[in-house]
Parts: sequence; structure tokens; C-alpha cells
Amino acid sequence: MSSPADRRYTKEHEWVRADGDIGTVGITDYAQDQLGDIVYVDLPSPGTQLKQFDKLGEIESVKAVSDLYSPVSGEVMEVNQEIMDRPELVNQTPYDEGWLVRVRLANPAELDNLLTAKQYDELIAQAQEP
Amino acid sequence: MSGGPRQPDIGARLTFDLGKPGRTACSLPPCDVPEADLPPPSLLRRELNLPELSQVDLVRYFLALSRRNYSVDSGFYPLGSCTMKYNPKVHEKLACLPGFSGLHPLQPLATVQGALALMHDLQRWLADITGLDGVSLAPAAGAQGELTGMLMVKAYLADRGEAGRTRVLVPDSAHGTNPATAAMAGFQVVTVASDSQGNADTQALASALDDGVAALMLTLPNTLGLFDPNIGRIAEMVHRKGALLYGDGANLNALLGRARFGDMGFDVVHLNMHKTFGTPHGGGGPGSGPVVAKGHLTPYLPTPVVAKEGEGFVLATPERSIGRVGAFYGHFGVLVRAYAYLRTLGAEGLRQVSDNAVINANYVLARLRPAYHLPYDRRCMHEVVFSGSRQRAKGVRTLDIAKRLIDYGFHPPTVYFPLIVDEALMIEPTETESKEALDAFCDALLTIDREAEEEPQVVKEAPHTAPIGRLDEATAARRPVLRWRREVGDGS
Repeated sequence: MSSPADRRYTKEHEWVRADGDIGTVGITDYAQDQLGDIVYVDLPSPGTQLKQFDKLGEIESVKAVSDLYSPVSGEVMEVNQEIMDRPELVNQTPYDEGWLVRVRLANPAELDNLLTAKQYDELIAQAQEP
Repeated sequence: MSGGPRQPDIGARLTFDLGKPGRTACSLPPCDVPEADLPPPSLLRRELNLPELSQVDLVRYFLALSRRNYSVDSGFYPLGSCTMKYNPKVHEKLACLPGFSGLHPLQPLATVQGALALMHDLQRWLADITGLDGVSLAPAAGAQGELTGMLMVKAYLADRGEAGRTRVLVPDSAHGTNPATAAMAGFQVVTVASDSQGNADTQALASALDDGVAALMLTLPNTLGLFDPNIGRIAEMVHRKGALLYGDGANLNALLGRARFGDMGFDVVHLNMHKTFGTPHGGGGPGSGPVVAKGHLTPYLPTPVVAKEGEGFVLATPERSIGRVGAFYGHFGVLVRAYAYLRTLGAEGLRQVSDNAVINANYVLARLRPAYHLPYDRRCMHEVVFSGSRQRAKGVRTLDIAKRLIDYGFHPPTVYFPLIVDEALMIEPTETESKEALDAFCDALLTIDREAEEEPQVVKEAPHTAPIGRLDEATAARRPVLRWRREVGDGS
């Protein structure tokens, strides 16, 4: 399955979709599949300043707790409240309803540091080679 | 087997559901002392909401629960990273001798010289076994031992005017407690990747090492069950940059009598008595995580340590001690068991422990390698980590394999750890299992591999024979029900 082309990706399996100066951030389908059933997501409060590739929060599945990294720098504008009550949304629709935070992009040029959908798909294909 | 009706499994219910109002497990005699005044009624509950059961129902209930327990005394328990070896019963008996079990921690030292002699011997032996210089038996468990060790590192560096070393490097093949410990000790954790052989990536390490690094925390053998052959070079790199090398000694079972942390260049190490030295695990009773250090760090050991003074023994506080890490002197009863374990085995016996632990793991490796993917295909130490990726391609996940093992009568291995192995199955057979036990376990895993091919549904719906089937772990974690509530409308 190929990843949506309308956004950029990190090697750590987060995505960001820019809409003007607002970036919506989530984790990829590969990430949710690897994590297994997600039971809790710990995210920063609105107003928090994020730096590209620094820790964004934590995601807990039945297997493990993993760090989330921010694909971009900027201020957290909104946190997806829906996933607080229904973390399964991250498993079910990681690219859509299962988004994590919205960030006001401090530096849109940073998006160029990220992978395109094609590059990300290649990364996943390599990781899946037995 | 008879086909008659089965008795309902009372262990599957709660004591609340089994009781009837007015039943009691024992009747109290009439009060023969003056009644004290109760607090005002506004402070009293009318309904205590306790289960009401007869004694026999209560006994049957808890016995039914206890019979569901699975322990190393009931079967093979290859839980990777946990060293679930069989603990000889005689050591329990020795720890229960009244001369040990009846001691009071505040007794005058002159009356507990035997206990102190035992602790002194144990300190000496642990220093010998690890090739290090000084020991504190105080930490109450492995994780506390880790924290103690890292606080010693911090105090040592501060004394040398190097408090600016704020980062701790942790390979991604370390025990999960290592980064947690470093963070708790106030350091910033930097993860170092493993190379394609499963060793710490020395290039990544070299580029992460600078004069802001306080220590490298290394688990050896690492959680892949692999011995890092570069350890000598790694120690040199770390020391050359002025940092210290912390050793997670949880996997010492692989090295006993064969290799010593001190000789490899470690500065401070914690040990897990329950893993390596035959003391009870987890719920079985308190832990013990001694810290062992090289000479330059021994002044920082927590207090007290047992020292020899003339013909007797005293409790001493090392010169630059980081202080107390718990009340009194560590878990003394556990120390007695570890002492007995060491006395029973002796130096030659300890070598056999690690030999057999490593041989057993490699036997499992060799038998399962045709069916299960081995991501780091090399000789392992005391444990072996497979990946369930081949089975996953057929739609059966590692979790399903683990659950199916329950049907075959085995405790599942550790799964999904270490995180760097996809669909990990981490198997640690320990030295106390016979070839027959290992064969039975391997046969079961090979059968499950065939089932994954031929009848995957059987594996995916396992366990079938356990009193409780597949649990919905996700819902349990997402919407936990943490307490029982009496149903509304039952009149109480």
C-alpha cells in the first residue's frame, strides 16, 4: 500500500500535512500496524513549542510505550481530543481521524528535511525485507 | 476421562458473587470487655460492602485460584530476560532458620555477628565474581541497584568538577530500565543504535561520545542474548572521553565464572539476585540488587556496608557515600538465599551454571532455526531472540504463537521485546532444564509453526485449554474496570 502523497514523512514514522501555515501531525499506517492496538496517547498541551525531530509525546500500545517525534517546529495549536477517548482511531484511520496534533509551522522550509511518500514507501519496503 | 458434568469453576467468579448475606467464615465470641464508644454515626458507614462467605467456600475459592497459578515449580518458564531458573528448596529452608529469620534489625551488632559475617562473605564473593572491588547489598531490587549505581556516577563526577556531563548513552539493545534509570538520576538519555550484527554500533558510539557524556550504560550480554565482542574497545573509547562504563548485570547468568565485568573495563555494575543467584522472583518475594564498583567509585557506595574490624564485623559508611537507599541493610532474607546458593555451587558449580545456560539457549536456537527467523544469526549466550516474521506473513502473529504455547502447557517466552526485533520471541531456557524439557518446548513451537501454515485459526484463537480464553487486552487497557460494584437494584 502506498502512503498518501499529500504529506511528508519522518524516518520515525510520523507524517505532517501542511495546510497554509498549519501542519497536521500523525503516525503512519506502518507505525500503527507495528505498534498494535493503541491504548493511550500522551500529547503536549496547546501552546507548547515543538522543535523538529524532538520528542513530541508518547504512544502506548498493548506491546510497548514508544516516543513520538515532531516532524516540524512550531506551536501546538490543537490536540485531537477524539483519540483521548478512542485511541483505536489511530489504528483505524491513522491518516485521517487518527491525527494527533495541529502545529503552527515555525518554518515551512523544514518540510524539505522530510521524506516524500515515495521515499517513505521505499524505507518501509527495506524494513520489511526478511 | 469421564464425560460427566463439570463442576462450575468458582475461581472464575468473585467472592462477592459467591456469598450470601449473613454467611461468615468464623463466629466471634461475645465481647467480654467494656465496649468503647464509636465515632459519631455521621462518620460511620452502614454498609461495609464486604463479601459474605462461609469458611469452606472461601478456602475453595482461593485454592481454585492458586491451582491456576503457573510457576517454575509447575513447568518450563522460558521468559526471556527474566532468568526463571529453578530455585533449590533447601535454600528456602536455610533462610528460615530461626537464627536468620528471627533477627531484629535494631539488635546490637555484637548479637548479629553471624549475619554480618554472611553479608561480608557475600560482598567479597560478588566482588570476586564480577572482578570489581567494593559491594553494597543495600539496594532492594535490580532497578534500585541501577539508580544507586548511576547516582554514584553522578556524585563521583561532581566531586571531580565534571557536573557538566549531563548525558548518558544507552544502546537500543539495553534493558528498558536503563534509559529510565538514567532519566530518573537526572541525566539526558541518548540512544545509540545497534549494528547489523546486533552489537553496539561503535561508529555511532564514537560520534555520540563527547565531554558532555557521563556514562555509557551497557547490558552485557545485551537483550538480543549476544555478547558484544567489542566490549574492550568500547570501554577504552568511553574512558578516553572521561566517561564511565555502567554495566547492567541482569544477564550475568551467561558469564558466571567465565568472564568478569571488572576485567572488561566496567566501572560499576548492578546484579539481580533473583535472576542469577537463585532467590525468589517478583511476587515471590522481595528483590535484591547489589551494586558492585571499581575502587574509584567504592567511596560512593550507599551506606551501610559490612566491614571487618579486628575479629568482628561492623556496619560502615563509605567516605563519600551517596547515603541510604533504603531502611536498614537490604533484604537480608534474600541475601541468605543467595549466600546459600553460592555455597552450594562453589566456583566450579557457577561455571557449570553459565555453561549450561548458554548451551541450553544454543540448543533451542539450533532446533528452532529452521522454522523461525533468526534476525541475528550467530551463536547466542543465555537467551535467543527469534522473530515471528515468517509466521506473520501467514497471518499468525507472535502474540498468537505465545498464546498457543499455553495450550501445550508452557509459559510463553517474552514477546515483542527487544523492540529492535520485529515480532520478537525472546527465549531464555536457563540452566536448570533438561534436554527433554527443551525438546518438548521446541516440539511445541515447531508444531505451532505447522499449525500457522495448515490451520492458522487454531493459533489465532488460542488458548483453548486455559480456564480463560483470549483476553481483549486492548479494551482492558483502553477502558479498564478497576473495581467491582454491586449491581444497582439488588436491595442493598
